[in-house]
Amino acid sequence: MAEFFLPANSKVRRDGRLYKAPSGSTNVRVFKIYRFDPDAKENPRFDTYELDMDHCGPMVLDALIKIKNEIDSTLTFRRSCREGICGSCAMNIDGKNALACISACADVKHDITIYPLPHLPVIKDLVPDLTNFYAQYASIKPWLQTRTPPPPDTERLQSKEDQEKVDRPSACILCACCSTSCPSYWWNSDRYLGPAALLAAYRWIVDSRDEAAGERLDNLEDPFRLYRCHTIMNCTEACPKDLNPAKAIAEIKQMMVLRRH
Amino acid sequence: MSLRSPLSRVLGLGSAKDGTTHWWAQRVTAVALIPLTLWFLFSLLTLPSLDYETVRTWLSVPVSGFLGALLVAVLTYHSYLGTTVIVEDYVTSHGMKVLSLMVLKFLHVLAGGAGIFAILRVVFGFSRL
Repeated sequence: MAEFFLPANSKVRRDGRLYKAPSGSTNVRVFKIYRFDPDAKENPRFDTYELDMDHCGPMVLDALIKIKNEIDSTLTFRRSCREGICGSCAMNIDGKNALACISACADVKHDITIYPLPHLPVIKDLVPDLTNFYAQYASIKPWLQTRTPPPPDTERLQSKEDQEKVDRPSACILCACCSTSCPSYWWNSDRYLGPAALLAAYRWIVDSRDEAAGERLDNLEDPFRLYRCHTIMNCTEACPKDLNPAKAIAEIKQMMVLRRH
Repeated sequence: MSLRSPLSRVLGLGSAKDGTTHWWAQRVTAVALIPLTLWFLFSLLTLPSLDYETVRTWLSVPVSGFLGALLVAVLTYHSYLGTTVIVEDYVTSHGMKVLSLMVLKFLHVLAGGAGIFAILRVVFGFSRL
């Protein structure tokens, strides 16, 4: 059966460490952060950090960086661009998958709880293992496939209207917020491609320059790869770039029916 | 322990080249069930009473008997399609999955067959026990 409970060695201990705010702080926020160290042979735990927000940037990533720089250098997380374009700092903040760099601490009214992205193997602290996620992206062949040779003296042209069809789906940054918010992906990520990979597949299927739409649909024609999507729509809700993977998947399903009738 | 590449794991045994049939049948039966269910509820609510003779008289009208049997058939088929998805979602061990899918199929054929047989029996008045 599907596993609805964590294995015994994954249960999160509540008796983590507490790092008090410096005395005299007036604007204190509490951060409860999931900690897991694979070398420690211990169950994961919650550590509590009190931060003086008068000396901290406004975003959750600012707080994490402040903790790592000034309080606890063992805290491990991915980050790079700090402006919502690289997708590295995707994590579960206050119960929602989001990018830490564009999530304001002020938008969370109570203690700020931070987990790694749900239902992925954890490498350390807030760093999940995305190997399977990236392999799924690779499996849809995310590149232009053509039979017509390229024009000798120019690029492959695309009309404005055709470009608009791929404009939004191309904005996906592969942060994995969508796929890891999907219950169907939680239960069947070994066979279901998940919203991120399917949005990418859609992006190439509707690309006017691509000539492999049929093969792409053939590869998705599967009870698990595509049809594990049960229109839960957590993906669209979770997307920090305001994209709509649920709609892309629905349109792929429509194309599947369209080519039969 | 396997050194198979992540991409090889994802590609697995390849696409089953099917899935749309199931998905589309689920939509079609769902649409068909809207008028059938409304008709059924409306008919039951407008019957003067629900005793055997009244229902028998109602079902013996050819349209009622036919639509009743159709409702049972479409409903059990729709339920079969839906419960299949649930098993595929949640049962991970292959042996258990195949077994559950088989049991599901048997149960739905039994339920659908029994329902239609019951309607025929009421309509055509085989010896009433």
